[in-house]
Amino acid sequence: MALPRGGRTEAGRAGEGFVSNAGARRLWRFRGGVHPPQHKQVSTTLPVRPAALPARLTLPLHQHIGEPAEPLVKRGQQVLKGQLIARPQGYVSAPVHAPTSGTVVDIGEYPVPHPSGLSAPCIVIEADGEDRWIDHAPVADYQSLSPSELRNVIREAGIVGLGGAGFPTYIKLNPGHRKALDTLILNGVECEPYITCDDMLMRERAGEIAAGIGIVRHALQARQCLVAIEDNKPEAYDAMCRATAHLEDVTVVQVPTLYPAGSEKQLIKVLTGKEVPSDGLALHIGVVCTNVGTAAAVHRAIDRGEPLISRLVTVTGGAIGRPGNLEVLLGTPMEELIHQCAGDSGAIERLVMGGPMMGFALHRFDLPVIKTTNCVLALTAAELPPPRPVMPCIRCGACADVCPVNLLPQQLYWYSKAKDLDRVQEYHLFDCIECGCCSYVCPSNIPLVQYFRYAKGDIWTREREKEKADIARRRHEFRLERLAREKAEREARRNRKKAALQADTARREKQAEIQEAIARTQARRRAAMKAAETQRRKAQQTARGRERPSPAARNAGGEGGNEKSGAPAGMTEDAPQGKDE
Amino acid sequence: MMAAIIALTLLAVVFGLMLGFAAIRFKVEGDPLVDKIDALLPQTQCGQCSYPGCRPYAEAIAKGEADINQCPPGGETTIIALADLLDRDPKPLNPENGTVKPKMVAVIDEQRCIGCTLCIQACPVDAILGAAKHMHTVIESECTGCELCLPPCPVDCIDMVPLGQDILTWKWPYPEEAAPKPAVLEKAS
Repeated sequence: MALPRGGRTEAGRAGEGFVSNAGARRLWRFRGGVHPPQHKQVSTTLPVRPAALPARLTLPLHQHIGEPAEPLVKRGQQVLKGQLIARPQGYVSAPVHAPTSGTVVDIGEYPVPHPSGLSAPCIVIEADGEDRWIDHAPVADYQSLSPSELRNVIREAGIVGLGGAGFPTYIKLNPGHRKALDTLILNGVECEPYITCDDMLMRERAGEIAAGIGIVRHALQARQCLVAIEDNKPEAYDAMCRATAHLEDVTVVQVPTLYPAGSEKQLIKVLTGKEVPSDGLALHIGVVCTNVGTAAAVHRAIDRGEPLISRLVTVTGGAIGRPGNLEVLLGTPMEELIHQCAGDSGAIERLVMGGPMMGFALHRFDLPVIKTTNCVLALTAAELPPPRPVMPCIRCGACADVCPVNLLPQQLYWYSKAKDLDRVQEYHLFDCIECGCCSYVCPSNIPLVQYFRYAKGDIWTREREKEKADIARRRHEFRLERLAREKAEREARRNRKKAALQADTARREKQAEIQEAIARTQARRRAAMKAAETQRRKAQQTARGRERPSPAARNAGGEGGNEKSGAPAGMTEDAPQGKDE
Repeated sequence: MMAAIIALTLLAVVFGLMLGFAAIRFKVEGDPLVDKIDALLPQTQCGQCSYPGCRPYAEAIAKGEADINQCPPGGETTIIALADLLDRDPKPLNPENGTVKPKMVAVIDEQRCIGCTLCIQACPVDAILGAAKHMHTVIESECTGCELCLPPCPVDCIDMVPLGQDILTWKWPYPEEAAPKPAVLEKAS
């Protein structure tokens, strides 16, 4: 990214052959790699100094890979050093602790060290200068804790990978379904130019790292431990050898200096000859790789009860008068570190977090140091390569020669440039570790890694959008279904009402019919009675005319007539009653 | 001669039966092409394509009634994806359907909202929450930015605001190459 180059590198040709070093241990060699100028000695002349306590500390809630933490404090609240101020949300997350005692003055959006230059939620603490610790106690005997309990302590201490990626350590220390692990690799390679914080940590605090190794091994139940250190750090190698001499199955290994030997998969290849599968984790081949700084942080959390609130930061670059390593509280503004190392803000052409190969340029100087800040690199105009025009790709293949993961950067470049996101994945874009070797050797000055980062981001965005579209589709379909259901329900209600109404009129009609029938029969009965009456009268008249009948005979005749006409009338009245029932 | 005719007739009958059986046994329910097209559309359900939703537009494309360049929210990406799927030439977005805009979400000004529920009825993805005479609000994560809630609002209390970018959604930009174009290409163009 920011290094002047001297033509092709000598790393050159890929080879499977192993490189032997002083010891008898067999080492392998990963493919590709480059030898950029080191610039490391400038920041190793001074011992590690503690940085001055800043007046204000800005603590981003998202300093790790995964979900951001959730604040637990309110504005105006007093906090003590080491107090939990934000708890993790979800499984892949890490808590944040107060690096010093003071008052929470704000919780809100502040600029954070990120390539975007955007702001993110932060907790701002104004230090009271007393630096008063909260009550904390070490774990008395970690050997008595189960690995799972140990991981919980590490999770609560907010420890994440301090090598630069910031992956929550407690997840890494979980061997999953495996009962035990074969190899634990402690990564002290530090292959990026300029950065020396791991080197200085190993030189000065090898004991802490050795103590951390014991704890991490206990959590993982690892059979053996390898401490890998590049052969350009002999002092660190000696110190680590001395510190780990009393430990069983711990070997300190010097690995040949070659960028990017400090990358997890490449280091595993160098030490064990095994390759991590493209879609797998190191754990799948029985290896866990962790940074030396992380091991020291684990030691502090377990043996002293101190959460992760500070780290070593290399402050270096041409614009720094007294480059060196500082022990910095998280949240300290970088410009204060630059001042403390006699930096000249005016001379800084580009401020980089991380190294020149994989770091990114910062947009301002007052950004806070976070858990993944291993280096603050202040480069002057003289150190930056002169801007060279980007030329067309000439298909020289230099990028493919140096790629440590066996990719074809030029193919990836063509497809990324053409935004052909499917093809670029066919060429295994997501195996790219963004080490920058290809951009470093490109004779046409093509910013290859930037294309790959762009393509990765575009693919992620596309996937996010696809997910969102799927949700929208489901919601829309559900809505249509709901509307259809509501309509059907309305229709059904209306139909029921209609049917009820119809049934009602039918019943009324039937009632009317019955009434009519009753009326008819009654009318008939009346007519019949009338007829019988007139007949009787006629008979009486004729009888009176013929002879005067005796009163007894008249009575009997009347009764008989009555009986005759009464019977059918009773039957007609019965019939409609039966019908009605 | 006769043998050949009989043999061919037999073969024709056998294959005819096999095809007929396959047509029944392996019958495809629905139109898979419509599903494939629908999967490429952005599902904003905005109706800018002149169809009442993404699925009807997908059906229209499958039938050949609609062209592939009528989806403004999908933009160039969708047009290219559709062109790939249907083996057609990509073409620029039809300006009659609208222009490509940055992603937006609807925001209800809660001071002005009178709780009329008209926007709730208009929202194609049920992303507005509220009840009659109660304040409404938009569920930001579910809003597709279709703008269908704007016209029914009697008090104009809904605004479209561009979706803010945060660190989690930020992506590296396309590298800018300040490279002088090679002479060959210039001549060609």
